[in-house]
Amino acid sequence: MEVVPEDLRYTTEHEWVRMEDGRARVGITKFAADRLSDIVYVELPEVGREVRFMEPFGVIESVKAASDLYSPLTGRVVEVNGRLRDQPELVSQDPYGEGWMIVVEPADPSELERLLDAGAYRRHIGEG
Amino acid sequence: MREGQLARTPLYAHHLQLGARMVAFAGWEMPLQYRGIVAEHRAVRTSCGLFDVSHMGVFWVLGPRALEDLSRLLANDPRRLRNGQALYTPMCNEAGGMVDDLVVFRFAADRFLMVGNAARREADLAWLHAHAASEVVDATEELALLAVQGPRAEQALQPLVATDLSAVRRYWFVPGTAVAGVPAIVSRTGYTGEDGFEVFCPWDQAAPVWEALLETGAVPCGLGARDTLRLEAGYLLYGQDAGEHTSPLEAGLDWAVKLEGRAFIGAQALRGLREVGVSRRLCGLVVEDRVIARRGCRIRKDGEPVGEVTSGTWGPWVERSIALGYLRADLAGPGTPVAVEVRTRTVHAEVVRLPFYRRVA
Repeated sequence: MEVVPEDLRYTTEHEWVRMEDGRARVGITKFAADRLSDIVYVELPEVGREVRFMEPFGVIESVKAASDLYSPLTGRVVEVNGRLRDQPELVSQDPYGEGWMIVVEPADPSELERLLDAGAYRRHIGEG
Repeated sequence: MREGQLARTPLYAHHLQLGARMVAFAGWEMPLQYRGIVAEHRAVRTSCGLFDVSHMGVFWVLGPRALEDLSRLLANDPRRLRNGQALYTPMCNEAGGMVDDLVVFRFAADRFLMVGNAARREADLAWLHAHAASEVVDATEELALLAVQGPRAEQALQPLVATDLSAVRRYWFVPGTAVAGVPAIVSRTGYTGEDGFEVFCPWDQAAPVWEALLETGAVPCGLGARDTLRLEAGYLLYGQDAGEHTSPLEAGLDWAVKLEGRAFIGAQALRGLREVGVSRRLCGLVVEDRVIARRGCRIRKDGEPVGEVTSGTWGPWVERSIALGYLRADLAGPGTPVAVEVRTRTVHAEVVRLPFYRRVA
């Protein structure tokens, strides 16, 4: 059974969002990290950059392939996980914790409603 | 290609049982990885890995004109071979481009086995039929092929065979032996940059050989690790780093092209190319940072486009971002700094002498 925390929202592209005092912390799910395996590089935006709902904000590279990362919300990047530069494996080891990627200040919090809840995401990955 | 049309090796069920992630490759449904590419890669560098490579094209060339035919078809010289010896060779078209790269095994002057790339099976057969008077038999789905690779390969395989493997030299083979009771051909060959063996056995008897090798400690490895291993070892992948429009001289296979006193298909073109010199060369690149320069990335020097990446990955053993690519010949010397365009970024890279990894004997 896949680990899909109840308190997060999810995109169909396997990013998660955790709301913390009005800001959104973003990462990729354990399902996605397991599927990618062997993650070797994460390309993230700089602080201050604008990101848009379901548009790429970065790239994650595994040994085999590069995959786009999709922003679950429109807004401005206020924090970036610099540790991933030298330790991209954190994404696999702790996808919902140390492996987070960016924090976004949402321009339109109602976009959250367009994301999947845990149950819907579980169904999306065939675990529901 | 639809999934339903993919061919399967006799070990398909075994791969699923081991939890392999299966992918379509050259018309076959093959294991990409079991535990993970990096773990499998490391197993081959430190211990022993086991690959199902039964999808590769396997052909017999038979009859009194076999040696003569192969001499006319292959860029390397099969007349150098003795019975029980194998040879890596490009097979070229008239223009000197590569039809495929293969390993040729000599059983007798009238009996050779050839192993080529899975994606080139039909092309190789058509070429052989068109240019050889000998009998050419497609044995791809008659002979399964397992690769046992790594510093512990001999230890893993020895308990299963009666032959003394320590006496089998690199690129030699034992034509008739049994592995785990199954009739087999065992060669000291492979494409991982490690010592190792390849075992040919009847298609429907591959399972007991596979199982016995897993029991002696070989780690199942997929195509993903096979690709990172061959790239670290500086070996090209046909279809990616070489093809019908690249010559072996450009692809860094000069050592496998024997032109002196020979007349094989493509020799004239290659002779001309050798005289004037190639304009581009396949080079090794080490990329700064962890970003991966993949196939298709443009290579620049002082802003000018000077080449293109053909293969790139993270080298799990060398722990660097590495790539192969064609570069203007005057820039192909080791130490040349270049820039590679990766998506929206331009990253620094340096031309290095191949291979990226060399086994310490």
